[in-house]
Amino acid sequence: MNAIRDPALGHLAWPAAGGSRVPFGVFTDPAVYELEQQRLFRGESWSFVALEAEIPNSGDYKTTFVGDSPVVISRAEDGSLHAYVNRCAHRGAAICRELRGNVQNHLCVYHQWAYDLKGNLIGVPFRRGLNGQGGMPADFDMKQHGLQKLRVQALAGLVFATFSESVEPLEDYLGPMPRQAIERIMSRPIKVLGDQRQFVAGNWKLYAENTRDPYHASLLHLFHCTFGLYRSSQKGVSVMDAKHRHSMLTAMRGTDDGKLEDYQDTRTYNADFVLSDPSLLAGRQEFDDGVTLVILAVFPNLVVQQISNTLAVRQIIPRGVDKFELVWTQFGYADDDADMDLIRNKQGNLIGPAGLVSMEDGEAVEIVHRSIIRDQDKSSYIAMGGEQAKDAQHLVTEGSIIGFWEYYREIMGWAA
Amino acid sequence: MAALTPVELHYHVNKLLSQYVECIDDDRLEEWPDFFVEDCLYQVVSRENADRGLPTAAMYCDSRGMLADRVVALRHANIYARHYYRHILSNVDVKGVQDGAIVVHSNYLVLQTLVEGDTKVFSAGKYLDRIVSTADGLRFARRVVVFDTYRIPNLLVTPL
Repeated sequence: MNAIRDPALGHLAWPAAGGSRVPFGVFTDPAVYELEQQRLFRGESWSFVALEAEIPNSGDYKTTFVGDSPVVISRAEDGSLHAYVNRCAHRGAAICRELRGNVQNHLCVYHQWAYDLKGNLIGVPFRRGLNGQGGMPADFDMKQHGLQKLRVQALAGLVFATFSESVEPLEDYLGPMPRQAIERIMSRPIKVLGDQRQFVAGNWKLYAENTRDPYHASLLHLFHCTFGLYRSSQKGVSVMDAKHRHSMLTAMRGTDDGKLEDYQDTRTYNADFVLSDPSLLAGRQEFDDGVTLVILAVFPNLVVQQISNTLAVRQIIPRGVDKFELVWTQFGYADDDADMDLIRNKQGNLIGPAGLVSMEDGEAVEIVHRSIIRDQDKSSYIAMGGEQAKDAQHLVTEGSIIGFWEYYREIMGWAA
Repeated sequence: MAALTPVELHYHVNKLLSQYVECIDDDRLEEWPDFFVEDCLYQVVSRENADRGLPTAAMYCDSRGMLADRVVALRHANIYARHYYRHILSNVDVKGVQDGAIVVHSNYLVLQTLVEGDTKVFSAGKYLDRIVSTADGLRFARRVVVFDTYRIPNLLVTPL
């Protein structure tokens, strides 16, 4: 088969059709990163930007990113949500310089241009000049100089934004499987418990792979395996949306007891490893379906997770070809009682950058990225469960990773 | 404790704080839980969350057993790049005695050195302590670590 080349990336080729051979240059090439910002993050996709619960009131705002473009997510007086680029229409200064806040309107500190909560320009100092001198041109029209707006839409309390005028509505972009998975977790009002921020020295797509990978989870993470929080031998599924861009893996704790012989020789199963204080893993069953672990990866930048009683959204923010930031926003339900608060606090030890079952993922990304900086035409080999992007009613598969790459090639114009 | 002069109290508190960081920096982590009473609280929380009064913590241990479990996990379970810490302590301020505990605030800087040999500022923050007198000497009843460096470089596994 001939190598598949993109006109803009002629120096980089995929060795085969499909998503089971990924050339390492995709992770390391600055030209790929630039095209991703244009075709993917500012293209036909919806990026997760906030939980509605982070900005419940009129005037609340949050600063974040779509791809690496700085944006503000704001709630206006009428309750509507708005997103705009965090950059003054005048000379380009950041309008909002805090992570979050509440304002009546946004005022650029540089020359005090003022914008309303929807991003419209409402005030320009010395617009008519001073003492008959200076001032803006007579034909200056404030309506033409608002902040650059994004489309914004919320679903079940999750807020998404897009630069695209043409991308399908959010419900259709997500599709039934991710929508149901989100609605399951967001079934009642939530309360935000806090954020954790993790800065990883690796390409963002290595993390996209990691969160679509049921194969690694019980082999890299001893805590998962030994304490049965997750094992590939448990009942679970690895499924995708119709376009294979989103994926979900689920597992049910306690469904493989007594069937652990396949793990006996692995580094990550250790029956002698017991907790001095097992209250770390004490919890409650919160969902009637018996599913105790959900990792929902929504293309391109969101992971929604339930690991035992920890609930969180993880936002991936690319910060250049070789680094990304991961923002974990942890939450519980508004009606949690004091015991449940304590359970979530304690199980919080499992997740985030200090998480007993999640810290290794940052390390996994970094050890890959460090080793692929040369031989960019060589590729990874993804074949567990077959070399196709297939759903599986088991967890011994890499099908969702292959699905991710197939869709990535499509949106990047790198189709087979 | 009550019999100590303020200068003596300051001396003993400083000794405890110094021995604590030396224990971590010398990688004698198995001894680290011994600096705490049995039903302690050790919480590592970002300034971002602490300032908002939000509970999400990087580490939350409410017993000495949970501290010991953290150490066993980092020795045997977790995967991370080998590294060393160097704590720099400053501004140790004994605020007073409240409900039988000595309230102490102090600042820290943790420098991290990886196997490649370069040293970087890993974390800056403060300790908010409640220290009690036990038969074994002064121990932490409560140690809340509020870290300013809330965008953690890769991962946090060794306690602060």
